[in-house]
Amino acid sequence: MAAEVEVSGVTVTVEATGSDIVKDVGFTLGRGEVMGVVGESGSGKSTLALALLGFARKGATITAGRVVVDGVDLLSLPEGRLRRERGSRVAYVPQDPATALNPSLSLATQLTEGLRLPRREALSRVRPLLEAVGLPDDGAFLRRRPRQLSGGQQQRLAIATAIAAGPRLIVLDEPTTGLDVSTQARVLELVRGLCRAHDMAAIYVSHDLAVVADVADHVTVMYGGEVVERGTDRDVLTRAAHPYTRALLAAVPSATHRHALVPIPGRAPGVGESGRGCGFAPRCEHVVTACERTRPELVPGPSGTLTRCLRADEVVGTPRIPPRLTAKPAASGEPDVFSVAGLNAAHGGRQILFDVSFGLARGECLAVVGESGSGKTTMSRCLVGLHEEQDGTLAFEGRPVPAAAARRDNEIRRQVQYVFQNPYGSLNPHRSVESSLIVPLRHYFGVGAREGAKRAREALERVGIPSRLAGRHPAELSGGQRQRVAIARALVCEPKLLICDEATSALDVSVQASLVELLRSLLADGLSMLFVTHDLAVVRSIADTVVVLSRGRVVESGAADDVLSRPAHSYTRSLLAATLEVPGAPEPVV
Amino acid sequence: MSRFATSVSRRATPGIPWLVRRILAGVLVLFLVSVLLFLVTQALPGDVARIILGKDATAEQVAGLRQRLGLDRPVVVQYWHWLSGVCTGELGNSLQNGEPVAGVIGPRMLNSFALGLISMVLILPLSVLIGVFTACHRDSVPDRVFVAVSSLFTALPTFVVGMLLIAFFATSALGVLPGVSNIPPGDLPWWHPAELVLPVTTLTLMGVLYLGRLVRASFIDAMNSEYVEMALLKGLGDRRVLFRHALPNAVAASLPAAGLVAAVTITGVVVVEYVYSYPGLGTGLVGAVNAHDLPVMQACVLILATAYYLFNVLADIFAVMGGSR
Amino acid sequence: MKKRVVPTESGLSVLGGAIRTGRARLGLVLLAVVALVIVFGPLFARHAPDVIVGRPFEEPGARFPLGTDLLGRDVLSRLLRGGLDLTWMAILAAGLGVFLGCLVGFTAAYRGGAVDTFLMRAMDILLSFPEIVFVLLFVSMLGRSTLLTAVLVGVAFVPGVSRVMRGAALPVLGSEYVLWAKANGLPTRHLLLREVLPGVTSPLMVETGMRLVWAIGAIASLSYLGFGIAPPAADWGLMVGENQDGLPIAPLPVLAPIVLILLLALGGNLVAESVARTVGRTEGKG
Repeated sequence: MAAEVEVSGVTVTVEATGSDIVKDVGFTLGRGEVMGVVGESGSGKSTLALALLGFARKGATITAGRVVVDGVDLLSLPEGRLRRERGSRVAYVPQDPATALNPSLSLATQLTEGLRLPRREALSRVRPLLEAVGLPDDGAFLRRRPRQLSGGQQQRLAIATAIAAGPRLIVLDEPTTGLDVSTQARVLELVRGLCRAHDMAAIYVSHDLAVVADVADHVTVMYGGEVVERGTDRDVLTRAAHPYTRALLAAVPSATHRHALVPIPGRAPGVGESGRGCGFAPRCEHVVTACERTRPELVPGPSGTLTRCLRADEVVGTPRIPPRLTAKPAASGEPDVFSVAGLNAAHGGRQILFDVSFGLARGECLAVVGESGSGKTTMSRCLVGLHEEQDGTLAFEGRPVPAAAARRDNEIRRQVQYVFQNPYGSLNPHRSVESSLIVPLRHYFGVGAREGAKRAREALERVGIPSRLAGRHPAELSGGQRQRVAIARALVCEPKLLICDEATSALDVSVQASLVELLRSLLADGLSMLFVTHDLAVVRSIADTVVVLSRGRVVESGAADDVLSRPAHSYTRSLLAATLEVPGAPEPVV
Repeated sequence: MSRFATSVSRRATPGIPWLVRRILAGVLVLFLVSVLLFLVTQALPGDVARIILGKDATAEQVAGLRQRLGLDRPVVVQYWHWLSGVCTGELGNSLQNGEPVAGVIGPRMLNSFALGLISMVLILPLSVLIGVFTACHRDSVPDRVFVAVSSLFTALPTFVVGMLLIAFFATSALGVLPGVSNIPPGDLPWWHPAELVLPVTTLTLMGVLYLGRLVRASFIDAMNSEYVEMALLKGLGDRRVLFRHALPNAVAASLPAAGLVAAVTITGVVVVEYVYSYPGLGTGLVGAVNAHDLPVMQACVLILATAYYLFNVLADIFAVMGGSR
Repeated sequence: MKKRVVPTESGLSVLGGAIRTGRARLGLVLLAVVALVIVFGPLFARHAPDVIVGRPFEEPGARFPLGTDLLGRDVLSRLLRGGLDLTWMAILAAGLGVFLGCLVGFTAAYRGGAVDTFLMRAMDILLSFPEIVFVLLFVSMLGRSTLLTAVLVGVAFVPGVSRVMRGAALPVLGSEYVLWAKANGLPTRHLLLREVLPGVTSPLMVETGMRLVWAIGAIASLSYLGFGIAPPAADWGLMVGENQDGLPIAPLPVLAPIVLILLLALGGNLVAESVARTVGRTEGKG
């Protein structure tokens, strides 16, 4: 097939420092094909996406490269021509349509303004597109403002806008991040269908390997601004030759079977931080001295992909076997450590939770799963004791727990601890890490400064934070480190139950893996855990039992393996069907 | 840096019912304002009649005034009498010259209204123009000069600005404009355009330098927003990006501030009128306070407070309507 | 992945950062000049500020470096004495306004519900009196005194400050670290002083700075209108009002106090604005 899109040598440089955010990226793509670009935060994938439209954000410049779409090199065009080619030759779908759609313009205006056609003509041209993306096309709908649409609708509108002028290439930058899995599945289906129908090439940027596996024909893996591996999706995902790709795959949890997650040690390099050698060398398990001195080229590897690794042959030779998990003993007949019975809750008079009941056995991990709007956030607020409009019975070790945190006794408050979702909000930004840990120690145990510091350091050690970071403020820590500190703050209280509200969902997959493994080790220490999440793969990875929440009601519950392998309720089945899986992930050896 | 930060509540799309509630709440607040005003002026502990007449007045004089003002009746009756007077325009008689308050206040109200309106009509377009121009030429010489001058003027009390204008335009320096804007009773303010120039300039200067800077800031915000980036990525021309995408949002974001500027202009009117001896509500209020002319004072305060509050409500409504995006 | 606004710097380091900017330094120099005049000025005054020592509106000369005012008092001596009252009144007014405003704003934000609604509606009522009109109203009924005027200006600031501080405290109160503290039953005192207050120091400093500048303006304006510092005491605002009619023949008695008010207001504003800018930068807005 003739190459429709030829990208070569694209380099984007920070003007102030002269260091590159994106280094020498190139690939080709045929008509109707989808290229998935995968990378974690800071890998330069969004910068690359914009550079493909000849655009760089303030402070950065595209310093080299060619982006040839349908025979025209966009980067060599003068500004005026480039403007005209945007939209008509190459189009863009933003990450967050909620902020990228203009709040004060009607949908009709935003759909048609890029077409350079009389409005009536333009409208008749976009109407079929609206139908294609599954949106209404009547006048009333077109007169709406973006804020009157749901997140999924906004994203479909953004896609319709992008394809309105019939581009040859469409660049999608994390278009489904923040959407529910079922909405995500529909958007992905749509992207695939449109590319096929319009014979249009697409570049799909994502941090999610499973999404890329689902939508893409080719996969490019980025690390530190460079392409480290590229090939067909099957080759990259099942026969990866670059250690980073393999490490990434090992960190992804699976919804179909349970395996231990392998985190990547260390952290990703910042812009301009990599030295002379391979950017991944400091974190690589296959590293040899040569890796630190020689920068590898992107060359055909032994498994059919292009890979940027000196030791690709050795890497491929190593079998990819996820570490086995020791089977957990089945829950004993012990009474529940924590139970919820008949919980009803409302928000501003509107009922959100309906008769929610479940119990959590000692040493067990119970996951509460639900999409946005399922009421899971309200439920965790109820358990924390910070939701006012609730009634129902909460019990901890057989003792009733009052609804309001203020009326719970100190022992219960100490033994039931919380880790919240947002790693940026869970710690007081004005306190050092150690001081954040000493507050509960002083509150519950009345310990002095010396003893407090000692216990704080022990807890930090337990969660894998080196004690030299104890004096740091949260702003100086990464998201994963902050969540570890939040866990340490819970641990110093010597809790029996840990309630985690989406504690891993804002993190990169490799960081999530290390956090999940940390939580798993805490379970092994005998802690009980209640894990609120939307992510079925994480549930499969860590939970013993699961409660599925839909529109405020428990629709299904039971042992995690049973529910996820043989779902009984249609909602659970649809949720599972929409949850994407990286194909060909090897089964753990038992 | 808004003089009154507006609380933008994150309601789902606030619609007509919200507006109705807001307006009803506004009416209630205005009612309470009138209660407060009445209590302060007429029912404060201490003898109002004694305050008005001074220490040297005889007991008979005091008693006589008390009766004339109705101070010997129960407070609720007094308030009811006063409120019904306010609603029907029967505001009593001035204590200074015995004329009906409505007659004293009416022309002054017109004068103040003209002053405020002309200023606002100038402030709004000028602020947008200057704000957008400086934002588009960020860090250019005109932009830096504007920011520096605006930083100077927002700190200055209005009377200082007025005095400097008089010193420059109305005294030996240039001497081209009248420094005293006395509009004879019975004349309409726009019959004396020269007299209006300096007061209007003072208010406009203060307003434009404050609001223009806010427009500049929100325009810069809009130009840095993701929807403008998206518009550029759609391949739209500069002019369309500027005027269709950035400008409406920047103006919408500045609307609450415009309401506040209108409110602040009312405070400015009091001082500006005094600086130029312009016969409006402000000078009326100062005179009435000096002369202990209770009915005139009440009327002036009530009108100024109502207008001020209405603009504050308007600013609030804009803020919530704009904030719900 | 949305950007989240996280206040990262503590209040003091923001202040430190602000002071290192050129604008703030210029502002501090201006303030220092005015402070020198206020503190040491009276020592150099040759005449008592309220004694008639010459003819009205005498030209500047050896005896009266800035001439005399409308009653024949020495302008320079009055100028050197005329800043003290204005300064302490402005500081008292701003301090009182910010303190009460914080009290009301935090209470409303923390208690929420009916308390919040009641307090904010009460503030609405106060807010509907323009500051100057509010002060005039009370001064006319309670009589004139410097302390009263300062307190009234401070009270007039309360609604504005309380709305800002309520707005600043709400996101902090909703943040997860405060939720954690609530869930663990930490005492309210600890919660407000140790967890919430550090999160709002930046807006608090901006607010204090701006209110101080406005207090100077408001009190000078009131004195100018004749409702602040009572004659025959010396005060810059009052001097402008007294000598306004003589402006065409003797500009100095008006312009000299204006220059000092200008320096004070401009200096204060430069410092306040650079604090606001530094706060805006560290918190990633604007």
